[in-house]
Amino acid sequence: MRAPRVLLAKPGLDGHDRGIKVIAMALRDAGAEVIYLGLRRSVPEIAQAAIEDDVDVVGISVLSGAHLPLAADLLQALDREGVVVPVVIGGTIPETDIGSLTELGVAAVFPVGTGLHEVVDGVLELAARERVER
Amino acid sequence: MTEVREIATDAGIPVREVYTERDVAPALDERLGAPGRPPFTRGPYPTMYRGQLWTMRQFAGFGSAEHANERFRFLLDRGQTALSVAFDLPTQLGYDSAHAVARPEVGRVGVAIDTADDMADLFAGLPLDGISVNFTINATAPIILAMYLVAAERQGASQASLAGTLQNDILKEFLARKTFVFPPHPSIRLSCDVIEFATQRLPRFNPISITGYHAREAGCDAVQELGLTLASAIAYSEALVARGLPFDSFAPRFSFHFATTMDLFEEVAKLRAARRMWSRIASERFGAHDPNSGRLRFFSGNSGTTLTAQQPLNNIIRSTVQCLGAVLGGAQSIHVMGYDEAFEIPTEEAVTLSLRTQQIIALESGAARTVDPLGGSYYVEALTDEIEARANDVLTEIDALGGAVAALEQGVSQRWIAASAYRIEREIAEGIRPRVGVNVHEDPEQASVEVPALFTLDPSIAERQIARTAAHVASRDGAACAEATAAVEAAAGDGVNVMPSLIHAVRAGATLGELSDVFRSVFGEFREPHPW
Repeated sequence: MRAPRVLLAKPGLDGHDRGIKVIAMALRDAGAEVIYLGLRRSVPEIAQAAIEDDVDVVGISVLSGAHLPLAADLLQALDREGVVVPVVIGGTIPETDIGSLTELGVAAVFPVGTGLHEVVDGVLELAARERVER
Repeated sequence: MTEVREIATDAGIPVREVYTERDVAPALDERLGAPGRPPFTRGPYPTMYRGQLWTMRQFAGFGSAEHANERFRFLLDRGQTALSVAFDLPTQLGYDSAHAVARPEVGRVGVAIDTADDMADLFAGLPLDGISVNFTINATAPIILAMYLVAAERQGASQASLAGTLQNDILKEFLARKTFVFPPHPSIRLSCDVIEFATQRLPRFNPISITGYHAREAGCDAVQELGLTLASAIAYSEALVARGLPFDSFAPRFSFHFATTMDLFEEVAKLRAARRMWSRIASERFGAHDPNSGRLRFFSGNSGTTLTAQQPLNNIIRSTVQCLGAVLGGAQSIHVMGYDEAFEIPTEEAVTLSLRTQQIIALESGAARTVDPLGGSYYVEALTDEIEARANDVLTEIDALGGAVAALEQGVSQRWIAASAYRIEREIAEGIRPRVGVNVHEDPEQASVEVPALFTLDPSIAERQIARTAAHVASRDGAACAEATAAVEAAAGDGVNVMPSLIHAVRAGATLGELSDVFRSVFGEFREPHPW
C-alpha cells in the first residue's frame, strides 16, 4: 500500500508560508507523501492537482482573513469535478468561523494555536479514513 | 532527565554561568566608540533618547481609505507620533480591487488603494508636510510612491517637505514576505529607481527599509536575520554603485528594519552588532567617506510569531519585553504588536495598549534615561562580539554563493529559514522550547480561546471600492491616460528611471493595476523555486 498522499497549497494572495512549510516537513517526516504546490495557487489549479495526483487529503493555509470565500470556492470546484476528498484548512481562523467552515464541508480546521502533532495526526487520520472508504 | 542540554541563546550561542571581564575581548573601547560616532555600536546618535524619543509607529490600515484614515486619526489622537500604512494584498501585488483574484482579499490585511484619489482620501485632513509616514510596500513601491507624491501635491505639500519611509526592500519578499511580482533583477532595478529618485528629489524621505524582520518571522534565528539583512544591503549598494551613483550619495538614506523577539539580551546584542557591522561594511567594502553612510538607523517590530493564541493576555507581557529590547538596542522607531494579533487585525483596545506599552517604557521605566544602558555589560558585550562573528560567517557563505540574489535564486536562503522554522516548531511540540500557556503552565479550563472583541471587517467594502474605481476610470481623460501609461512602458523597457513617467501617469488617472500590468508585460512574473 502506498504512503498517504497529501496535497498542500496556499490559495489566494497571502504569502505567509511558514506554517504550511512546517506542516509539509512534519507530514513528510511522519511518512506521508507531500505535494506542495506553493504560493498564490488558484482554486482550479488546486482542484486539478487533487485529481491528477489522486491525493487522500487537500490542505490549504490562509492567514489573510479570506479563508471563508477561498474554502467555499475550493469545495465547489472539487464538487463540480466530482472529486470526493477531505479538505482541511489552517491559518488565522477565528473561533467564530469554524462552524461556517464545517458547514461548507471542510473536514478539519486547524486555527492558530493548534499543536504540530495535532495537525499531523489529524491529517493522517483523515487520509487513512479516506483510503479505507475508497 | 538523562540528557543534559547545553544552556544557549535562542540562536544557539552557548551561555556561561557568569560573565567576567575575561569573556570580553581586548580593545572594547575601539569596538564601541562613542555614541553617534563610528562604529556606532552604542547608538546612531550622540544623545539618543535624551535628545528625542523613538518614533511610536503602530502599523495600521484596513478596509477603504476612509476606514484607514479613521484609524490613523484614532492613533494620532492618542499620542502616536507618525503613521505606518498597511496595504491590502491586491495593492501589494498590483491588482485593482475589481480583479478576480483580488475580490476575497480587498481591504483585509490593509487598506485598498487603486488610484491617486484613494491615496488622497487616505490622508484627508492629515497634513503631509508635517507628519512622517511609513509605507509597507515593495513590488508596487514605485507606483505607491507616485500616488503619494500626487496626493501630497494636491494638498500643496512640497516634495522637499515629505518625511517618511518606503519599505521598498524586494529582496526580503523573495526570502520571506512573499509579495514579489517580477523576477529578482528587474525588481531590484525598480527598487533602485525609487532610491535614486528619492536621493535627488526627496531630501527627508528614506527610500528603502532593508529588512530582516520577515525572514526572522518566517523562522530564521537572530544571527541569520542579521546576515541576510546586511547581504541585502550589500546587494542594493552594488546595484546602485553599478548605475554610477557614489556610495555616499545613497547610503545615508538607507534605513533598516529588524525584529525584536523574546531573548532580550541576544536581541540587544544583535542590534548593537548590526550597527557595528554596517559601519564596517560601509567603510571597508564601499569606501565610504561620509560617516552618515555607515550610520545604521532602524525600525523595530515586535515578533508576531512569539504571540500565542492560548492565554492571549500573556502577549501583552511578551510585547513589553520585546519593546524594552528594541529600546535597549537603540531603535529609532518601534511597533508593538496587539495582543490579539494571533487572531485578527487588532482592535482599538489592543492597539491602544500597544501604544501605552511604548509610552510606559519611554516615560516610566527609565530605560530612555541614558545612552546604551547595557553597554559594558560583560554578557552583552560578549554576545555582541559573538553575534557579529557568526553573522559575518553567514555573509561569507552568501558571498560564496554569489551574493544575496544568487542565494535566493538558488533557494538556499529560503531553505535556511524553513529549516529553522521547522526546528523551532518541533522544539515547541516536544516541550524543549518553553511557551507559557502552550507547552508549560497550560490552563486546562481555557479550552477555547476568549478574546474580548474581535475586529470585524465591513463586507460591503469591496463592492464600494470597485464602484469607486470604475467611476474614476470613467471620468478620466482616456487618451491622455493611455499616452502617459505608454510612457511608463517605454521607460521600463529602456532602462530609464520609471519614477517621472509614473508620477505623470498617476496624475493622468492610471490605476495601480494598470501600471502593474505594464511592468508585468515588460518584466514578466516570478515563480518561486520549489522549497526543497
